[in-house]
Amino acid sequence: MKRHIALGLVLSAFAVSAATGETAPAAVSYAEGAVAESLSGTAGDPAEGAKVMSNRGLGNCVACHVVSAMPDVAFQGNVGPALDGVADRWEEPQLRGILADAKMTFDGTIMPSFYKNEGYIRPGDGYTGKAAEGELTTLLTAQQIEDVVAYLMTLKE
Amino acid sequence: MKMRQLAGGCALAALAFSGLSAMADPADDNLLLNGETEIVTHTDAAPEYIDGLSEQYSGWHFREADTRVMQADDFDNPGMLAVEAAIDVWNTEDGSEGKACASCHEAPESMAGVRTQMPKYNEAKGTLYSLEMYINDCRTERMGAEAWGWNDASMVNMTALISSVSRGMPMNVAIDGPAAPFWEQGKEMYYTRYGQLELACSNCHEDNYGNYIRADHLSQGQTNGFPAYRLKNAGLVSIHNRFKGCIRDTRAETYKEGSPEFIALELYVASRGNGLSVEGPSVRN
Repeated sequence: MKRHIALGLVLSAFAVSAATGETAPAAVSYAEGAVAESLSGTAGDPAEGAKVMSNRGLGNCVACHVVSAMPDVAFQGNVGPALDGVADRWEEPQLRGILADAKMTFDGTIMPSFYKNEGYIRPGDGYTGKAAEGELTTLLTAQQIEDVVAYLMTLKE
Repeated sequence: MKMRQLAGGCALAALAFSGLSAMADPADDNLLLNGETEIVTHTDAAPEYIDGLSEQYSGWHFREADTRVMQADDFDNPGMLAVEAAIDVWNTEDGSEGKACASCHEAPESMAGVRTQMPKYNEAKGTLYSLEMYINDCRTERMGAEAWGWNDASMVNMTALISSVSRGMPMNVAIDGPAAPFWEQGKEMYYTRYGQLELACSNCHEDNYGNYIRADHLSQGQTNGFPAYRLKNAGLVSIHNRFKGCIRDTRAETYKEGSPEFIALELYVASRGNGLSVEGPSVRN
């Protein structure tokens, strides 16, 4: 974990774009799995976050997590814990860190890393089954992560 | 489920990487084929060389009741139409040698037990062989006929016929001797987290069978029911075809049907089901 923090501090000076305020995936600084700074530099929009969470082509968080606050979203999965009241259990930087790369918080977890673009085994070109070409994009954008964080922070019991 | 909702952050952290199979809910049901053949779809113990399973479940237990019933009677099982088509091919001469399968093997029932051992180390060829490869060797070397493609209807139908005459017999692939290095290769693949979603076979089919990913009820990924009639495809699907779909869904570059990697993986996954009855052609989602 210390290695990641050190790496993050060194790289962040170069990787934060002045124009967008966005942090590159490799430059994200994890402290005990948590990420203190906004990844996009722009406040998250909970309404957009709810869309990202329920859309199969985006985060599709409900594939594995129950969100009772989304009763219209069918077939919510149960591979991961329910997210009801998640803002009571976690601080915002922890949620951001879990979304960006859950393996920094839960060693070996099945949860995909949504803000990472390297270090994969046989990465594909989306869901085509063919090899990826060129630089990989992250599963979610920095702003989408912030939007989901903003939505999750509304889930209090 | 309820317990996890009540648990605090620390408990959640522990659960996030512990096996969840205690919450598995495969259907409590028994499969009696055509009212006479008992099919072993569940055992209380996996083979001792399988670390991650305490019991075995056929994929049959994870499907809805109407799908389970469909497989119990050959008149309802759409996969049996493929078996009938293959019987015609079995009896039809093809190729330069003027032979049919029946010329050497007589009735398809002579193949009883073959499916239980597949894939198998082929001494003459010096490598691991899937059922499809034995079929093609017969065609090209004995019949003088053209090889079938892995996904050709003729090939998948023929594997369904050869599987069907082993239904009720226990899967029993060999993993020792010359098969051992292939088994080790397949095992390593089973636990490799492929693609941008970083999912290994084990993440879903060992740690989370019984749970749901959206509407998908995760099974143990057993292969004893293949080829499987998939309702969503309205057709029979081979083991390698299914492997390919799974790896594609991890956002990974897949391997090809018939590749050395998939043959090795087929052996390892089959060994996880040693003891379950052959069901192919089964009926699945």
